[in-house]
Amino acid sequence: MSATPAAALPAPRDPALWPRLGLAIALAVALWPALEIAEFDPATLFDPKNVETMGRFLGTFFPMALGADFLALVGQSALETVALATAGIALAIAIGFPLAMAVSESLSVARVGPARRAWLGPVLRGPVRVLLILMRSIPEIVWALLFVRAVGLGPAAGVLAIAINYAGMLGKVYFEIFEAGDTRPARAILEAGGGRVNAFLYGILPVAVPELVSYSVYRWECAIRASVVMGFVGAGGLGQQMELSMRMLAGGEVSTMLVAFLLLVLLADTVSAALRRLLV
Amino acid sequence: MNVAIDDLQLVLPGDHRALAGVTLAVARGERVVVIGPSGAGKTSLLRVLGAALRPTSGSLAVDGADPWSLPRGALRRLRSSIGTVHQAPPLPPRQRLVTAVLAGRLGEWGLWKGLGSLAYPADIAGARGALARLDLAERLFDRCDRLSGGQLQRVAVARVLYQRPELILADEPVSSLDPQLADHTVGELHREAQARGITLVASLHAVDLALRWFPRIVGLREGAVVFDAPPVRVSDQMLRELYAAESPVIPTQGNQPLELPERKPRAAAQPLCR
Repeated sequence: MSATPAAALPAPRDPALWPRLGLAIALAVALWPALEIAEFDPATLFDPKNVETMGRFLGTFFPMALGADFLALVGQSALETVALATAGIALAIAIGFPLAMAVSESLSVARVGPARRAWLGPVLRGPVRVLLILMRSIPEIVWALLFVRAVGLGPAAGVLAIAINYAGMLGKVYFEIFEAGDTRPARAILEAGGGRVNAFLYGILPVAVPELVSYSVYRWECAIRASVVMGFVGAGGLGQQMELSMRMLAGGEVSTMLVAFLLLVLLADTVSAALRRLLV
Repeated sequence: MNVAIDDLQLVLPGDHRALAGVTLAVARGERVVVIGPSGAGKTSLLRVLGAALRPTSGSLAVDGADPWSLPRGALRRLRSSIGTVHQAPPLPPRQRLVTAVLAGRLGEWGLWKGLGSLAYPADIAGARGALARLDLAERLFDRCDRLSGGQLQRVAVARVLYQRPELILADEPVSSLDPQLADHTVGELHREAQARGITLVASLHAVDLALRWFPRIVGLREGAVVFDAPPVRVSDQMLRELYAAESPVIPTQGNQPLELPERKPRAAAQPLCR
């Protein structure tokens, strides 16, 4: 060891400087062509011809359709939307959770156990990871189109679409939550002879629960919104009714349903906030 | 359970040499304490003995067999008979004490009993009994994040007592306890070891506590054994040299000056384990 006291040496340069600068430049360079390719030009929004077309469309929104029969139909559809999103998310959790557990490396016995057959883990995790990517990279609307052909028009197609697409997203995020948490409790159990599943349930899950709940509830909120979009391709709920009204150019009905939809999202927001407070 | 290591080296990721040729044999029923400055390799040594870290070179034998060449099932059985008290208790903050203590027997229980115990604690009486030995019985259904650091350390000790292992490895098990509780907790580990005739290997930062409780002291510095002797043969000079790089005073509980035990040969009263 040299005898020079640390204070006498010149202060070292922050080693993070170049990586940070490089990242900032790379981001700027990547963003510019993105705006170009997306044909992002704010001027077209304020073109007088476009403004007039938009105004005429919005004009048909009033007066709102408030007939008792119609409101009952809207209520029915809103209920269907909530049911669709909830059932879809429940299925997505049931599919995504075990998949996330399967790809989680913090439970890899190879890290604490004998390294024998250490290649087996990565080999098995690979395909599951690809499956998760496949499920989430195909948008829910495409899944909905697919399932509408398979099970016919109606909410069942929406439930399946959400289940598959969201299972992919939940699986990935659950997996990240498992990895990011403190893995020492699980390791301690593995080191005391416990099995993988129990190490997970006693060591990782208690650490991860708040984040899991918070994210799942947020996804439920997203599913409510997504179910409206999927309704446009015939997957049931408010969206399907909205699409019918739009096709019949019944602007008043569309505006009523938009308000109903707004209320629904507000409700989902309130419920999810309450759930998170309760469980986290 | 007996453990023996011979010329054991451990190189941790980042080329850090944690253990540089350690030879140590601990017989069944022996109680050994490892002392030394921080960074001496105490934690690494205990983790190697517990088959949690694989040695880079040299040999490790637990009950005569190298754990790293055992088949998977046998290794798990072996591990379930080794109880480790970790320096920082690895307890999830949201877990209840009863669950944290019962988790000690997961190795013995297997999958289904473990799952069932999550639905309804499988052995509430047992968990309460283990906690009672550390004066925490009334906190049975509290969550771990409601406890102080010192209380958590005692929960970790309770878990190992509940596990009923054949070898207890206690890595600074009382580092955040006040002297009185520390004494009681180390005493509880001793009672367990003596009552069941099992092996206890601990590491302690407070030298007075080590000298008071353990019949065999191993001094570790820079990954190597500096001395291995009964407390009566440990001199002030040996301790000063052991901690020379860290501090001019020898670390004790509450930083009280160290009083070495009397230099009377006690061999007749207490067998010096060798």
